[in-house]
Amino acid sequence: MSTQIERERESETETESEADAVTELPSAQEARMRKKAEARADREERAREEAQERADAEDSYHLKVFRYDPEVEGKMEPRFDDFHVPYESGMTVLDALIYARDTFDSSLTFRHSCRQAICGSDALFVNGSQRLGCKTQLSDLDQPVRIEPLPHSEVEKDLVVDMEHFYDQMESVEPYFQTNDLPEGELEEQRQTPENREKVKMSTRCIWCGACMSSCNIAAGDNEYLGPAAINKAYRFAMDEREGEDMKQHRLNIIEQEHGVWRCQTQFSCTNVCPKDIPLTEHIQELKREAVKSNLKFW
Amino acid sequence: MSQSYDRGLVEDFGRWKEFSAGMWAWVFHKFTGWVLVGYLFTHISVLSTAVSAAGNTRAIEAQNDVYTVVISTLESLLVVRILEVGLLAVAVFHILNGCRLLLVDLGVGLDAQDKSFYASLVLTGAIVVASVPTFLEGVF
Ligand code: HEM
Ligand code: SF4
Ligand code: FES
Repeated sequence: MSTQIERERESETETESEADAVTELPSAQEARMRKKAEARADREERAREEAQERADAEDSYHLKVFRYDPEVEGKMEPRFDDFHVPYESGMTVLDALIYARDTFDSSLTFRHSCRQAICGSDALFVNGSQRLGCKTQLSDLDQPVRIEPLPHSEVEKDLVVDMEHFYDQMESVEPYFQTNDLPEGELEEQRQTPENREKVKMSTRCIWCGACMSSCNIAAGDNEYLGPAAINKAYRFAMDEREGEDMKQHRLNIIEQEHGVWRCQTQFSCTNVCPKDIPLTEHIQELKREAVKSNLKFW
Repeated sequence: MSQSYDRGLVEDFGRWKEFSAGMWAWVFHKFTGWVLVGYLFTHISVLSTAVSAAGNTRAIEAQNDVYTVVISTLESLLVVRILEVGLLAVAVFHILNGCRLLLVDLGVGLDAQDKSFYASLVLTGAIVVASVPTFLEGVF
């Protein structure tokens, strides 16, 4: 495994400092500490061995994980590491990565937080498709399970990519409610009809994971293209009747610019990969039609 | 984090095995569209041999004017007949998938976009196979 070198170095430094400590303070306390440390190291080693044995013996999953670290010499050249993770029923790709990191290689780096498909931080490229690690069952995948960082974004380290550009595109469509169509009375609520809520329902579900943007061949070639998630965000507000006509026009102006909806070539990649099942292509197409309608004039 | 590793275009091309229906439809549509444009030019250049043949009544009656000679020479070649079958395939797919794209633009049947792509392929295949006897007639 890749970290062998590192681990060796670690243990070297550990023994060194221990040796120093022993010569300086040969107290009973030190001896106890050393014994404990040895026992701990033993235990960890045993756990690792056991895990390896278990992985060899039973049902284990073979992961091939993309590794790259620009800051460590010898890891600057991207490569794939193999991990054999003992399978437990219900195990997701994220679970397997966490296991691999905690058991085999603590330098393995990836983002995750909620583990329930709502924070949007673990979109990965798994077996050739953008998926959320925490929402993808290992049992649905062929082995070896190839895990890579999202394509079409710069890799920072291992599975971590730079999301800045994606966030910029999201911000550029003004992803917040705004209106100059306020109801009478200061404390009056801004009500939405159930039908209108139903219309925007799916579009509100975006978790900003970036899977769609990464899958999009057009976004890959045109860095300025707003991308499916940002357009979907624009849809969510443009279709919200509470924002009023002026605001809708403003939103259509944003999405019909040169690198807006018209770049979409209806490849359906985004719709296929969206972990929240948002019908992205449908929303983009509807905005195209809205944009045409608002520009058509019959004199 | 000043450096980062850009995996570049090479790997993008390596992804074709992972394309889904909509992506293939797009690739094929581009390809067939440009083949049709290419054909349009050859078509015009072949047909324009008629310009120099025009008015030469005796040659036309004897069927040895430039235009007739060019056309009958081309049609006697097996390659040309096979290319014609290919052209039909390309045109039929482009038209069928073009209709599919029009429906997609209208927001009709978006859930079945992959099925309509497969349907375009199957229909294209069937039409092309059915046309083979006509296209290859008399060339052997
Ligand atoms: C009934 C016949 C045809 C139909 C229904 C049709 C339909 C379409 C449609 C819907 C598009 C897609 C535009 C898009 O959304 O990207 C397209 C693209 C294209 N068509 Fe056709 N087409 C037909 C005939 C032709 C012919 C005869 C030619 C060539 C002379 C041609 C050349 C092209 C090209 C080059 C493109 C690609 C443009 C691009 O780069 O996106 N088409 N066609
Ligand atoms: S639209 Fe779907 S795939 Fe795209 S960022 Fe939002 S949740 Fe992720
Ligand atoms: S960990 Fe939050 S979406 Fe997967």
